[in-house]
Amino acid sequence: MTNNKTDLVRIEDIAFKRGERSVFANLSLLIPRGKVTAILGSSGAGKTTILNLIGGRIAPEAGHVYVDNQDVHQLSTNGLYALRKRMGMLFQSGALLTDLNVFDNVAFPVREHTRLPESLIRHLVLLKLELVGLRGARGLMPSELSGGMARRVALARAIVLDPMMVMYDEPFAGLDPISMGVIVKLIRELNDVLSMTSVIVTHDVHEACSIADYVYLVGNGKVIAEGDAETMLNADTAEVKQFMSGLPDGPVPFHYPAKDLSDDFMKAKL
Amino acid sequence: MTRYISLVGRKAIGTVERSGRAGLFLYDVLAGCMPLMRRPGLVVQQLYMIGVLSFIIIVVSGLFVGMVLGFQGYNILRDYGTESALGLMAAKTLTRELGPVVAALLFTGRACSALTAEIGLMKATEQLASMEMMAVNPFMRVLAPRFLAGFIAMPLLAGLFTAVGIFGAHLIGVELLGVDVGVFWNQMQSGTDFYDDILNGFIKSVVFGVVVTWIALFEGYEAVPTSAGVSQATTRTVVYASLAILGLDFIMTALMFGEI
Repeated sequence: MTNNKTDLVRIEDIAFKRGERSVFANLSLLIPRGKVTAILGSSGAGKTTILNLIGGRIAPEAGHVYVDNQDVHQLSTNGLYALRKRMGMLFQSGALLTDLNVFDNVAFPVREHTRLPESLIRHLVLLKLELVGLRGARGLMPSELSGGMARRVALARAIVLDPMMVMYDEPFAGLDPISMGVIVKLIRELNDVLSMTSVIVTHDVHEACSIADYVYLVGNGKVIAEGDAETMLNADTAEVKQFMSGLPDGPVPFHYPAKDLSDDFMKAKL
Repeated sequence: MTRYISLVGRKAIGTVERSGRAGLFLYDVLAGCMPLMRRPGLVVQQLYMIGVLSFIIIVVSGLFVGMVLGFQGYNILRDYGTESALGLMAAKTLTRELGPVVAALLFTGRACSALTAEIGLMKATEQLASMEMMAVNPFMRVLAPRFLAGFIAMPLLAGLFTAVGIFGAHLIGVELLGVDVGVFWNQMQSGTDFYDDILNGFIKSVVFGVVVTWIALFEGYEAVPTSAGVSQATTRTVVYASLAILGLDFIMTALMFGEI
Protein backbone atom coordinates (compact mmCIF):
# COMPACT_ATOMS: atom_id res chain seq x y z
CA MET A 1 0.00 0.00 0.00
CA THR A 2 2.80 2.40 0.80
CA ASN A 3 6.46 2.74 1.56
CA ASN A 4 6.81 1.15 4.99
CA LYS A 5 9.81 3.31 5.87
CA THR A 6 7.94 6.59 5.60
CA ASP A 7 4.80 5.69 7.52
CA LEU A 8 4.97 4.66 11.15
CA VAL A 9 1.28 3.77 11.40
CA ARG A 10 -0.81 2.27 8.64
CA ILE A 11 -4.51 1.73 9.16
CA GLU A 12 -5.88 -0.39 6.34
CA ASP A 13 -9.58 -0.85 5.60
CA ILE A 14 -10.71 -1.21 9.18
CA ALA A 15 -14.29 -1.81 10.22
CA PHE A 16 -15.33 -1.33 13.82
CA LYS A 17 -18.69 -1.51 15.56
CA ARG A 18 -19.75 -0.39 19.02
CA GLY A 19 -22.74 -2.55 19.85
CA GLU A 20 -24.96 -2.35 16.81
CA ARG A 21 -23.60 1.03 15.71
CA SER A 22 -20.95 1.04 13.01
CA VAL A 23 -18.16 3.48 13.93
CA PHE A 24 -15.93 2.78 10.91
CA ALA A 25 -16.91 0.95 7.77
CA ASN A 26 -13.77 1.04 5.68
CA LEU A 27 -11.28 3.46 7.16
CA SER A 28 -7.71 3.78 5.94
CA LEU A 29 -5.09 6.33 6.91
CA LEU A 30 -1.35 6.73 7.19
CA ILE A 31 0.68 8.43 9.92
CA PRO A 32 4.06 9.56 8.57
CA ARG A 33 7.20 9.11 10.67
CA GLY A 34 8.66 12.12 12.42
CA LYS A 35 5.66 14.34 11.68
CA VAL A 36 2.79 15.78 13.67
CA THR A 37 -0.46 14.38 12.30
CA ALA A 38 -3.82 15.70 13.45
CA ILE A 39 -7.01 13.70 13.22
CA LEU A 40 -9.95 16.06 13.39
CA GLY A 41 -13.61 15.23 13.68
CA SER A 42 -16.72 16.11 15.58
CA SER A 43 -17.54 14.54 18.94
CA GLY A 44 -18.53 10.91 18.54
CA ALA A 45 -16.80 10.58 15.17
CA GLY A 46 -14.57 7.83 16.57
CA LYS A 47 -11.32 9.77 16.89
CA THR A 48 -10.38 8.27 20.27
CA THR A 49 -11.36 4.86 18.89
CA ILE A 50 -8.60 5.30 16.28
CA LEU A 51 -6.04 5.80 19.07
CA ASN A 52 -7.36 2.77 20.94
CA LEU A 53 -7.06 0.71 17.75
CA ILE A 54 -3.48 1.88 17.22
CA GLY A 55 -2.63 1.07 20.84
CA GLY A 56 -4.24 -2.37 20.58
CA ARG A 57 -6.73 -1.70 23.36
CA ILE A 58 -9.58 -2.70 21.06
CA ALA A 59 -9.60 -4.87 17.95
CA PRO A 60 -11.26 -4.07 14.62
CA GLU A 61 -13.80 -6.42 13.08
CA ALA A 62 -11.98 -6.26 9.77
CA GLY A 63 -8.81 -4.70 8.42
CA HIS A 64 -5.33 -4.22 9.86
CA VAL A 65 -3.44 -1.69 11.93
CA TYR A 66 0.32 -1.69 11.46
CA VAL A 67 2.64 0.17 13.81
CA ASP A 68 6.29 0.17 12.81
CA ASN A 69 5.41 -2.62 10.36
CA GLN A 70 3.90 -4.86 13.06
CA ASP A 71 0.29 -5.91 12.81
CA VAL A 72 -0.90 -4.72 16.23
CA HIS A 73 -3.79 -7.15 16.52
CA GLN A 74 -1.76 -10.20 15.58
CA LEU A 75 0.81 -9.63 18.32
CA SER A 76 0.99 -11.81 21.45
CA THR A 77 0.38 -10.09 24.79
CA ASN A 78 4.14 -9.80 25.34
CA GLY A 79 4.64 -8.49 21.82
CA LEU A 80 1.91 -5.91 22.30
CA TYR A 81 3.39 -4.78 25.62
CA ALA A 82 6.84 -4.52 24.01
CA LEU A 83 5.34 -2.31 21.30
CA ARG A 84 3.49 -0.18 23.85
CA LYS A 85 6.76 0.53 25.66
CA ARG A 86 7.74 2.39 22.49
CA MET A 87 4.48 4.36 22.42
CA GLY A 88 3.31 7.09 24.73
CA MET A 89 -0.26 8.20 25.16
CA LEU A 90 -1.63 11.36 26.67
CA PHE A 91 -5.17 10.83 27.87
CA GLN A 92 -7.75 13.60 27.85
CA SER A 93 -7.98 13.57 31.64
CA GLY A 94 -4.24 13.14 32.11
CA ALA A 95 -4.98 9.82 33.87
CA LEU A 96 -2.33 10.43 36.52
CA LEU A 97 -2.17 7.84 39.28
CA THR A 98 -3.88 9.66 42.12
CA ASP A 99 -1.96 7.99 44.96
CA LEU A 100 1.44 9.05 43.55
CA ASN A 101 2.95 12.53 43.45
CA VAL A 102 4.18 14.21 40.26
CA PHE A 103 7.69 12.78 40.51
CA ASP A 104 6.50 9.22 41.15
CA ASN A 105 3.93 9.45 38.36
CA VAL A 106 6.63 10.33 35.85
CA ALA A 107 8.97 7.72 37.31
CA PHE A 108 6.26 5.04 37.22
CA PRO A 109 6.97 3.58 33.73
CA VAL A 110 10.74 3.69 34.35
CA ARG A 111 10.44 1.82 37.65
CA GLU A 112 8.07 -0.72 36.11
CA HIS A 113 10.18 -1.48 33.05
CA THR A 114 13.78 -0.94 34.05
CA ARG A 115 16.07 -1.66 36.96
CA LEU A 116 17.82 1.65 36.84
CA PRO A 117 19.20 2.95 40.14
CA GLU A 118 17.13 5.61 41.89
CA SER A 119 19.81 8.27 41.30
CA LEU A 120 19.55 7.77 37.54
CA ILE A 121 15.73 7.67 37.64
CA ARG A 122 15.84 10.98 39.50
CA HIS A 123 17.92 12.59 36.76
CA LEU A 124 15.72 11.17 34.03
CA VAL A 125 12.49 12.30 35.66
CA LEU A 126 13.78 15.78 36.47
CA LEU A 127 14.95 16.20 32.88
CA LYS A 128 11.53 15.32 31.51
CA LEU A 129 9.79 17.53 34.06
CA GLU A 130 12.15 20.36 33.06
CA LEU A 131 11.09 19.86 29.44
CA VAL A 132 7.45 20.46 30.36
CA GLY A 133 8.34 23.24 32.79
CA LEU A 134 7.23 21.48 35.97
CA ARG A 135 10.49 20.48 37.68
CA GLY A 136 9.47 22.66 40.60
CA ALA A 137 6.13 20.88 40.98
CA ARG A 138 7.62 17.42 41.49
CA GLY A 139 6.39 17.11 45.06
CA LEU A 140 2.76 17.98 44.35
CA MET A 141 -0.06 15.45 44.31
CA PRO A 142 -2.33 15.22 41.24
CA SER A 143 -5.20 16.76 43.22
CA GLU A 144 -3.08 19.90 43.68
CA LEU A 145 -2.52 20.42 39.95
CA SER A 146 -4.56 22.50 37.51
CA GLY A 147 -5.90 20.81 34.35
CA GLY A 148 -3.08 22.19 32.23
CA MET A 149 -0.39 21.16 34.73
CA ALA A 150 -1.86 17.66 35.02
CA ARG A 151 -1.68 17.30 31.27
CA ARG A 152 1.93 18.47 31.20
CA VAL A 153 2.85 15.95 33.90
CA ALA A 154 1.07 13.26 31.88
CA LEU A 155 3.06 14.41 28.86
CA ALA A 156 6.33 14.09 30.80
CA ARG A 157 5.26 10.58 31.80
CA ALA A 158 4.37 9.72 28.20
CA ILE A 159 7.84 10.68 26.96
CA VAL A 160 9.91 9.43 29.88
CA LEU A 161 10.88 6.21 28.07
CA ASP A 162 11.72 8.17 24.88
CA PRO A 163 9.00 6.57 22.76
CA MET A 164 8.98 6.55 18.97
CA MET A 165 5.43 7.93 18.96
CA VAL A 166 3.11 9.84 21.26
CA MET A 167 -0.67 9.82 20.83
CA TYR A 168 -2.59 12.80 22.20
CA ASP A 169 -6.28 12.35 22.99
CA GLU A 170 -7.97 15.78 22.98
CA PRO A 171 -4.90 17.54 24.41
CA PHE A 172 -6.47 21.01 24.19
CA ALA A 173 -9.89 20.27 25.68
CA GLY A 174 -10.92 22.35 28.70
CA LEU A 175 -7.71 24.38 28.98
CA ASP A 176 -7.35 28.11 29.55
CA PRO A 177 -5.63 30.03 26.69
CA ILE A 178 -2.22 30.11 28.40
CA SER A 179 -2.21 26.39 29.21
CA MET A 180 -3.43 25.65 25.71
CA GLY A 181 -0.62 27.72 24.20
CA VAL A 182 1.89 25.85 26.36
CA ILE A 183 0.57 22.44 25.30
CA VAL A 184 0.51 23.44 21.62
CA LYS A 185 4.13 24.60 21.82
CA LEU A 186 5.22 21.50 23.76
CA ILE A 187 3.71 19.06 21.30
CA ARG A 188 5.54 20.63 18.38
CA GLU A 189 8.83 21.12 20.21
CA LEU A 190 8.93 17.66 21.78
CA ASN A 191 8.15 16.09 18.42
CA ASP A 192 11.10 17.88 16.82
CA VAL A 193 13.58 17.72 19.71
CA LEU A 194 12.99 14.06 20.51
CA SER A 195 12.51 13.01 16.86
CA MET A 196 9.17 11.43 17.60
CA THR A 197 5.99 10.90 15.64
CA SER A 198 2.94 12.63 17.06
CA VAL A 199 -0.72 11.83 16.51
CA ILE A 200 -3.19 14.41 17.81
CA VAL A 201 -6.87 13.61 18.03
CA THR A 202 -8.89 16.75 18.57
CA HIS A 203 -11.75 18.95 17.49
CA ASP A 204 -9.81 22.16 18.14
CA VAL A 205 -9.15 23.07 14.53
CA HIS A 206 -6.93 26.11 14.83
CA GLU A 207 -4.61 24.78 17.54
CA ALA A 208 -4.17 21.51 15.66
CA CYS A 209 -3.63 23.20 12.30
CA SER A 210 -1.05 25.56 13.78
CA ILE A 211 1.34 22.67 14.50
CA ALA A 212 0.23 19.74 12.32
CA ASP A 213 2.19 18.69 9.26
CA TYR A 214 -0.72 16.65 7.97
CA VAL A 215 -4.43 16.70 8.82
CA TYR A 216 -7.19 14.14 8.48
CA LEU A 217 -10.86 14.99 8.90
CA VAL A 218 -12.95 11.98 9.87
CA GLY A 219 -16.69 11.63 10.06
CA ASN A 220 -19.45 9.19 9.13
CA GLY A 221 -17.01 6.33 9.63
CA LYS A 222 -14.55 7.44 6.96
CA VAL A 223 -11.88 9.99 6.09
CA ILE A 224 -13.77 12.98 4.69
CA ALA A 225 -10.71 14.95 3.67
CA GLU A 226 -6.96 15.02 4.16
CA GLY A 227 -4.06 17.29 3.36
CA ASP A 228 -1.67 19.77 4.91
CA ALA A 229 -3.12 22.33 7.31
CA GLU A 230 -3.31 25.14 4.77
CA THR A 231 -5.09 23.01 2.20
CA MET A 232 -7.62 21.91 4.78
CA LEU A 233 -8.25 25.43 6.07
CA ASN A 234 -8.85 26.69 2.52
CA ALA A 235 -10.89 23.72 1.34
CA ASP A 236 -14.14 24.65 -0.38
CA THR A 237 -15.98 21.33 0.09
CA ALA A 238 -19.11 22.07 2.12
CA GLU A 239 -18.45 19.32 4.68
CA VAL A 240 -14.83 20.38 5.28
CA LYS A 241 -15.66 24.07 5.28
CA GLN A 242 -18.40 23.63 7.86
CA PHE A 243 -16.08 21.82 10.28
CA MET A 244 -12.94 23.89 9.71
CA SER A 245 -14.85 27.18 10.04
CA GLY A 246 -17.16 26.00 12.79
CA LEU A 247 -20.40 26.81 10.95
CA PRO A 248 -23.48 25.82 12.97
CA ASP A 249 -25.46 24.48 9.99
CA GLY A 250 -24.47 22.69 6.84
CA PRO A 251 -24.03 19.07 5.77
CA VAL A 252 -23.98 18.26 9.49
CA PRO A 253 -27.41 19.63 10.49
CA PHE A 254 -27.95 21.85 13.54
CA HIS A 255 -31.07 19.85 14.52
CA TYR A 256 -30.98 16.28 15.72
CA PRO A 257 -33.31 14.25 13.47
CA ALA A 258 -36.90 14.64 14.71
CA LYS A 259 -40.45 14.52 13.38
CA ASP A 260 -42.16 17.61 12.05
CA LEU A 261 -42.36 20.49 14.57
CA SER A 262 -46.09 21.15 14.09
CA ASP A 263 -46.86 17.42 14.46
CA ASP A 264 -44.90 17.33 17.68
CA PHE A 265 -46.78 20.27 19.22
CA MET A 266 -50.27 19.54 17.90
CA LYS A 267 -50.23 15.92 19.03
CA ALA A 268 -48.78 16.63 22.42
CA LYS A 269 -50.79 15.15 25.28
CA LEU A 270 -51.90 17.78 27.73
CA MET B 1 -46.03 -13.53 26.95
CA THR B 2 -43.33 -13.64 24.27
CA ARG B 3 -41.87 -10.44 25.70
CA TYR B 4 -41.80 -11.98 29.16
CA ILE B 5 -40.01 -15.10 27.92
CA SER B 6 -37.54 -12.99 25.97
CA LEU B 7 -36.89 -10.83 29.06
CA VAL B 8 -36.24 -13.91 31.22
CA GLY B 9 -33.98 -15.30 28.48
CA ARG B 10 -32.02 -12.07 28.25
CA LYS B 11 -31.59 -11.97 32.03
CA ALA B 12 -30.45 -15.60 32.10
CA ILE B 13 -27.95 -15.08 29.27
CA GLY B 14 -26.71 -11.91 30.98
CA THR B 15 -26.17 -13.78 34.26
CA VAL B 16 -24.31 -16.64 32.58
CA GLU B 17 -22.19 -14.18 30.61
CA ARG B 18 -21.35 -12.19 33.73
CA SER B 19 -20.44 -15.36 35.65
CA GLY B 20 -18.14 -16.33 32.79
CA ARG B 21 -16.50 -12.91 32.86
CA ALA B 22 -16.08 -13.17 36.64
CA GLY B 23 -14.35 -16.55 36.16
CA LEU B 24 -11.99 -15.19 33.52
CA PHE B 25 -11.35 -12.18 35.73
CA LEU B 26 -10.33 -14.45 38.62
CA TYR B 27 -8.05 -16.38 36.28
CA ASP B 28 -6.32 -13.15 35.21
CA VAL B 29 -5.99 -12.02 38.83
CA LEU B 30 -4.47 -15.37 39.88
CA ALA B 31 -2.09 -15.19 36.93
CA GLY B 32 -1.13 -11.70 38.09
CA CYS B 33 -0.28 -13.06 41.57
CA MET B 34 2.74 -15.06 40.37
CA PRO B 35 5.02 -12.13 39.48
CA LEU B 36 4.24 -10.57 42.87
CA MET B 37 6.65 -13.03 44.49
CA ARG B 38 9.37 -10.67 43.26
CA ARG B 39 7.53 -7.55 44.48
CA PRO B 40 6.13 -8.30 47.94
CA GLY B 41 6.09 -4.59 48.75
CA LEU B 42 2.96 -4.13 46.63
CA VAL B 43 1.10 -6.71 48.74
CA VAL B 44 2.38 -5.31 52.03
CA GLN B 45 1.14 -1.85 51.06
CA GLN B 46 -2.34 -3.24 50.37
CA LEU B 47 -2.25 -5.33 53.55
CA TYR B 48 -1.87 -2.05 55.40
CA MET B 49 -4.68 -0.38 53.43
CA ILE B 50 -7.29 -3.10 53.79
CA GLY B 51 -6.03 -5.10 56.77
CA VAL B 52 -4.40 -2.76 59.27
CA LEU B 53 -6.92 0.01 58.66
CA SER B 54 -9.75 -2.46 59.44
CA PHE B 55 -8.14 -3.22 62.81
CA ILE B 56 -10.15 -0.75 64.91
CA ILE B 57 -13.60 -1.72 63.66
CA ILE B 58 -12.78 -5.41 64.09
CA VAL B 59 -11.48 -4.97 67.64
CA VAL B 60 -14.38 -2.76 68.79
CA SER B 61 -17.02 -4.97 67.18
CA GLY B 62 -15.38 -8.13 68.52
CA LEU B 63 -15.36 -6.71 72.02
CA PHE B 64 -19.06 -5.77 71.91
CA VAL B 65 -20.13 -9.08 70.35
CA GLY B 66 -18.13 -10.94 73.00
CA MET B 67 -19.68 -8.90 75.81
CA VAL B 68 -23.19 -9.53 74.48
CA LEU B 69 -22.35 -13.23 74.27
CA GLY B 70 -21.24 -13.03 77.90
CA PHE B 71 -24.57 -11.58 79.03
CA GLN B 72 -26.81 -13.79 76.88
CA GLY B 73 -24.78 -16.94 77.44
CA TYR B 74 -24.74 -16.45 81.20
CA ASN B 75 -28.52 -15.88 81.35
CA ILE B 76 -29.33 -18.93 79.24
CA LEU B 77 -26.80 -21.27 80.86
CA ARG B 78 -27.80 -20.19 84.38
CA ASP B 79 -31.32 -21.55 83.78
CA TYR B 80 -29.75 -25.00 83.38
CA GLY B 81 -27.17 -24.50 86.08
CA THR B 82 -24.29 -24.64 83.62
CA GLU B 83 -23.00 -21.07 83.69
CA SER B 84 -19.52 -22.46 84.24
CA ALA B 85 -19.57 -23.50 80.54
CA LEU B 86 -19.77 -19.84 79.49
CA GLY B 87 -16.14 -19.76 78.31
CA LEU B 88 -16.59 -22.90 76.23
CA MET B 89 -19.81 -21.61 74.70
CA ALA B 90 -18.27 -18.25 73.80
CA ALA B 91 -15.17 -19.87 72.33
CA LYS B 92 -17.08 -22.37 70.21
CA THR B 93 -19.58 -19.78 68.98
CA LEU B 94 -16.85 -17.33 68.08
CA THR B 95 -14.38 -19.71 66.45
CA ARG B 96 -16.95 -21.63 64.43
CA GLU B 97 -19.42 -18.93 63.42
CA LEU B 98 -19.34 -15.40 64.71
CA GLY B 99 -15.62 -14.82 64.23
CA PRO B 100 -15.42 -15.67 60.52
CA VAL B 101 -18.93 -14.49 59.58
CA VAL B 102 -19.16 -11.17 61.44
CA ALA B 103 -15.53 -10.29 60.66
CA ALA B 104 -16.21 -11.02 56.96
CA LEU B 105 -19.36 -8.86 57.01
CA LEU B 106 -17.42 -6.02 58.66
CA PHE B 107 -14.53 -6.52 56.23
CA THR B 108 -17.00 -6.24 53.35
CA GLY B 109 -18.39 -2.97 54.65
CA ARG B 110 -15.05 -1.46 55.64
CA ALA B 111 -12.57 -2.70 53.01
CA CYS B 112 -14.40 -4.29 50.09
CA SER B 113 -16.67 -1.32 49.42
CA ALA B 114 -13.56 0.89 49.37
CA LEU B 115 -11.84 -1.53 46.99
CA THR B 116 -14.74 -1.40 44.55
CA ALA B 117 -14.92 2.38 44.69
CA GLU B 118 -11.16 2.70 44.23
CA ILE B 119 -10.97 0.34 41.23
CA GLY B 120 -14.14 1.83 39.73
CA LEU B 121 -12.73 5.34 40.00
CA MET B 122 -9.39 4.23 38.59
CA LYS B 123 -11.35 2.94 35.62
CA ALA B 124 -13.49 6.08 35.33
CA THR B 125 -10.42 8.34 35.42
CA GLU B 126 -8.61 6.19 32.83
CA GLN B 127 -5.85 5.21 35.25
CA LEU B 128 -6.19 1.53 34.38
CA ALA B 129 -6.24 2.36 30.66
CA SER B 130 -3.14 4.52 31.04
CA MET B 131 -1.34 1.64 32.76
CA GLU B 132 -2.21 -0.66 29.89
CA MET B 133 -0.84 1.91 27.46
CA MET B 134 2.36 2.14 29.53
CA ALA B 135 2.67 -1.63 29.02
CA VAL B 136 1.95 -2.24 32.70
CA ASN B 137 -0.50 -5.06 33.36
CA PRO B 138 -3.15 -3.67 35.76
CA PHE B 139 -4.03 -7.20 36.85
CA MET B 140 -0.50 -7.66 38.19
CA ARG B 141 0.10 -4.11 39.39
CA VAL B 142 -3.30 -3.17 40.85
CA LEU B 143 -5.71 -6.08 41.20
CA ALA B 144 -3.53 -9.03 42.26
CA PRO B 145 -1.90 -7.23 45.25
CA ARG B 146 -5.34 -6.28 46.54
CA PHE B 147 -6.63 -9.81 46.04
CA LEU B 148 -3.69 -11.35 47.90
CA ALA B 149 -4.03 -8.77 50.68
CA GLY B 150 -7.72 -9.68 51.12
CA PHE B 151 -6.84 -13.38 51.11
CA ILE B 152 -4.21 -12.89 53.83
CA ALA B 153 -5.98 -10.22 55.91
CA MET B 154 -9.37 -11.90 56.26
CA PRO B 155 -8.29 -14.94 58.37
CA LEU B 156 -6.10 -12.70 60.52
CA LEU B 157 -8.97 -10.30 61.15
CA ALA B 158 -11.32 -13.20 61.92
CA GLY B 159 -8.77 -14.55 64.41
CA LEU B 160 -8.45 -11.13 65.99
CA PHE B 161 -12.23 -10.78 66.21
CA THR B 162 -12.50 -14.17 67.90
CA ALA B 163 -9.74 -13.44 70.40
CA VAL B 164 -11.16 -10.04 71.35
CA GLY B 165 -14.67 -11.55 71.51
CA ILE B 166 -13.50 -14.16 74.01
CA PHE B 167 -11.89 -11.40 76.04
CA GLY B 168 -15.23 -9.51 75.98
CA ALA B 169 -17.11 -12.60 77.19
CA HIS B 170 -14.50 -12.96 79.95
CA LEU B 171 -14.97 -9.34 80.99
CA ILE B 172 -18.70 -9.78 81.42
CA GLY B 173 -18.86 -13.41 82.58
CA VAL B 174 -15.93 -13.42 84.97
CA GLU B 175 -15.36 -9.82 86.00
CA LEU B 176 -18.98 -8.66 86.12
CA LEU B 177 -21.20 -11.71 86.65
CA GLY B 178 -18.85 -13.74 88.80
CA VAL B 179 -18.17 -16.93 86.81
CA ASP B 180 -15.07 -18.59 88.23
CA VAL B 181 -12.05 -17.57 86.20
CA GLY B 182 -10.36 -20.99 86.38
CA VAL B 183 -13.49 -22.80 85.29
CA PHE B 184 -14.05 -20.27 82.48
CA TRP B 185 -10.64 -20.90 80.90
CA ASN B 186 -10.39 -24.58 81.82
CA GLN B 187 -13.72 -25.51 80.22
CA MET B 188 -12.73 -23.57 77.13
CA GLN B 189 -9.35 -25.28 76.91
CA SER B 190 -10.66 -28.80 77.35
CA GLY B 191 -13.77 -28.41 75.18
CA THR B 192 -12.37 -26.57 72.18
CA ASP B 193 -11.17 -28.87 69.42
CA PHE B 194 -8.42 -27.75 67.08
CA TYR B 195 -9.87 -29.41 63.95
CA ASP B 196 -13.61 -29.00 64.62
CA ASP B 197 -13.51 -25.48 65.89
CA ILE B 198 -10.34 -23.60 65.04
CA LEU B 199 -9.44 -25.19 61.69
CA ASN B 200 -13.01 -25.12 60.40
CA GLY B 201 -13.34 -21.47 61.42
CA PHE B 202 -10.05 -20.73 59.71
CA ILE B 203 -11.17 -22.46 56.50
CA LYS B 204 -14.38 -20.43 56.53
CA SER B 205 -12.49 -17.17 56.92
CA VAL B 206 -10.11 -18.05 54.07
CA VAL B 207 -13.04 -18.86 51.76
CA PHE B 208 -14.82 -15.62 52.75
CA GLY B 209 -11.63 -13.65 52.17
CA VAL B 210 -11.22 -15.00 48.65
CA VAL B 211 -14.87 -14.63 47.68
CA VAL B 212 -15.55 -11.14 49.04
CA THR B 213 -12.30 -9.72 47.66
CA TRP B 214 -13.03 -11.31 44.28
CA ILE B 215 -16.53 -9.81 44.26
CA ALA B 216 -15.22 -6.37 45.28
CA LEU B 217 -12.49 -6.27 42.64
CA PHE B 218 -14.72 -7.66 39.88
CA GLU B 219 -17.50 -5.18 40.60
CA GLY B 220 -15.00 -2.31 40.57
CA TYR B 221 -13.42 -3.49 37.33
CA GLU B 222 -16.82 -3.95 35.67
CA ALA B 223 -18.28 -0.68 36.99
CA VAL B 224 -19.80 1.71 34.50
CA PRO B 225 -17.20 4.52 34.50
CA THR B 226 -19.49 7.25 35.86
CA SER B 227 -20.23 8.44 39.38
CA ALA B 228 -23.60 6.65 39.32
CA GLY B 229 -21.94 3.51 37.94
CA VAL B 230 -19.31 3.43 40.69
CA SER B 231 -21.95 4.04 43.34
CA GLN B 232 -24.08 1.16 42.03
CA ALA B 233 -21.06 -1.12 41.85
CA THR B 234 -20.19 -0.35 45.48
CA THR B 235 -23.74 -1.16 46.56
CA ARG B 236 -23.67 -4.42 44.57
CA THR B 237 -20.40 -5.39 46.27
CA VAL B 238 -21.87 -5.01 49.75
CA VAL B 239 -25.10 -6.84 48.83
CA TYR B 240 -23.51 -9.71 46.86
CA ALA B 241 -20.61 -10.18 49.28
CA SER B 242 -22.91 -10.22 52.33
CA LEU B 243 -25.25 -12.74 50.71
CA ALA B 244 -22.28 -14.83 49.57
CA ILE B 245 -20.89 -14.90 53.12
CA LEU B 246 -24.20 -16.04 54.62
CA GLY B 247 -24.91 -18.55 51.85
CA LEU B 248 -21.43 -20.03 51.90
CA ASP B 249 -21.50 -20.15 55.70
CA PHE B 250 -24.61 -22.31 55.55
CA ILE B 251 -23.07 -24.64 52.95
CA MET B 252 -19.76 -24.96 54.80
CA THR B 253 -21.50 -25.44 58.16
CA ALA B 254 -23.62 -28.21 56.62
CA LEU B 255 -20.49 -29.86 55.20
CA MET B 256 -18.38 -29.45 58.35
CA PHE B 257 -20.92 -30.09 61.08
CA GLY B 258 -23.89 -31.61 59.27
CA GLU B 259 -23.35 -35.12 60.61
CA ILE B 260 -23.14 -34.04 64.25
